[in-house]
Amino acid sequence: MEIWNKKVYCYGLMNIKKYLKVYSYFNYSSFSIELEYKFNLLIDLLTSILGLIGSIFLLSIFFSNTDEIGGWNFNQALIIQGIYTILNGITNTWFNPNLREIVKYIREGTLDYVLLKPIDSQFWISFKRISPTGLIEILLGFFVLIYCLYLNNIAFTLISFILLTITLICSISILYSLWFLISTTTIWFVKTWNATEVLRSFLYMGRFPIDSFSFSLRIFFSTIIPITFITSIPSEVLLGLSPAWKIILEVLVSMIFLVFSRKFWKFALRFYTSASS
Amino acid sequence: MGNNIIEVKDISKSFVISSKSPGLKGTLKHFFKRKTIKKKVVKNINFEIKEGEIVGFLGANGAGKTTILKILCGLLYPSNGYISVAGSRPFEREASFLEKITLIMGQKQQLIWDIPPVDSFYLNASIYGIEKKEAIKRIKDLSEMLEIDSELYLPVRKLSLGQRMKAELLAALIHKPSILFLDEPTLGLDINAQSNLRKFLQIYNKQTGATILLTSHYMKDITYLCKRVICIQEGYITYDGKLEKLLTKLSPNKEVTIICKSKKDLENLKTLSLEIKNINDNQITFTINKFDFKNTLKEILNRFDIEDLHITEPPIDEVIGKILINKK
Repeated sequence: MEIWNKKVYCYGLMNIKKYLKVYSYFNYSSFSIELEYKFNLLIDLLTSILGLIGSIFLLSIFFSNTDEIGGWNFNQALIIQGIYTILNGITNTWFNPNLREIVKYIREGTLDYVLLKPIDSQFWISFKRISPTGLIEILLGFFVLIYCLYLNNIAFTLISFILLTITLICSISILYSLWFLISTTTIWFVKTWNATEVLRSFLYMGRFPIDSFSFSLRIFFSTIIPITFITSIPSEVLLGLSPAWKIILEVLVSMIFLVFSRKFWKFALRFYTSASS
Repeated sequence: MGNNIIEVKDISKSFVISSKSPGLKGTLKHFFKRKTIKKKVVKNINFEIKEGEIVGFLGANGAGKTTILKILCGLLYPSNGYISVAGSRPFEREASFLEKITLIMGQKQQLIWDIPPVDSFYLNASIYGIEKKEAIKRIKDLSEMLEIDSELYLPVRKLSLGQRMKAELLAALIHKPSILFLDEPTLGLDINAQSNLRKFLQIYNKQTGATILLTSHYMKDITYLCKRVICIQEGYITYDGKLEKLLTKLSPNKEVTIICKSKKDLENLKTLSLEIKNINDNQITFTINKFDFKNTLKEILNRFDIEDLHITEPPIDEVIGKILINKK
């Protein structure tokens, strides 16, 4: 029992405390770096606001001649836009600044320093940087969602809140795992920076309802690269249209992706030979 | 000096590398069908290192020094053999092991470029579970030893290479590691900065009893810090022992130039059974074996009334250069 207690305390609670502390330092150093370049901060802020306006404008063009696309009207499609903006914000806040660095870690051999620290390397690589301007996008996304609740006359209950949270977390996990999987391949190919760009452009597809695509594209974007999957399901949950099996499926898919990306990272590290000096 | 802290038995390491012929034809061939070869970079090496020792690794570029360091700190899996560092298998990279070691590489940096080093120190302290109060104390102690202070509050990119290296050392030592792996730590530093770093490492070793393993191409680093050296050539260990002994082995002689008062003395000196290197006016240069050196010199001074004398040793770089050129 004593050993068990020690295990839980030393490796469980103490670890969580340590990781939270390390994470707070990660955030602090990222903010300090961002504040070193004040002008950059302003540009990023403007880009995210203009990006959202542009996307809504694009969506309104699609709907200018028709009331429905794939069974979704403009007000409903705006929910997808909101979810997409939140996910894009998360991508810009965490995934992009961190996972882009993997290439640098490997090319310059500085992954050595990460691997020699008594901390999980995947945690370090995924959370070292934070780009605070992406947070604005997340906020904007939530505003759009709240506005959509009003537009679509949705009665927002505690259950729909919980379900929305669960599906959003799952969507974030899938997106993260995809991004991390592609970045991990850097260990073999060194330059995979372009591959994540492809993933980013696929992510743009997530702004539109899954039902608006042809059957074959629907299969592609919901299985091989489940991009639309990750925006459509939370949107359907918000509209009260999502059947339970879809939610369960998303939970399962996200878990599989997370576990697989972790295992893949561990596997890939065995091939890391570190840049010669 | 204590027990063995590092034990390496019959360790080998091979890498698969692809080779490419020059020109467009070679490039295309390389693109479609890669020719890979398995290269053994570390070949059945054995050594033991005691707690508190400072050991220098000598060898030409590509001899396998860095690979050995990386195997020792757990970055590379050895292809075969037994290895134990501080009682652990390095490649398992257990937290308890990682807390005991540190790696400092002259050409790579871990400090965050755009913010002051002190922020990176706090980050490292949190990773090793060091409380802030204790971290402040350690930073203060180490910065005093390293003679660095206000620079710690400037962004890393504004620091000179010497200041940056000091800050790198501080970041790498904040968790009080008992084994230091240093891969060319003085690379690119000016003479003063090199000398400061060497002094620091020596004091650190004396104060903390830490074991230090060092590779460097600057011979001064090795001669100043290391009593023991391990020479590596094409993946093999060709020498493991005292530096002094190695130098005697490689350059057994010293040169003595004697300036005589008269031609007669010079003639008399010639009659000694010593190897004469050259004669110039009333100057004569002998090559004398280091073992007989003291006695021979005593004899000369007793028997002859000489005006002046110079003793020279071949430059150490030249001597060590021999190891790098000599085949096994």
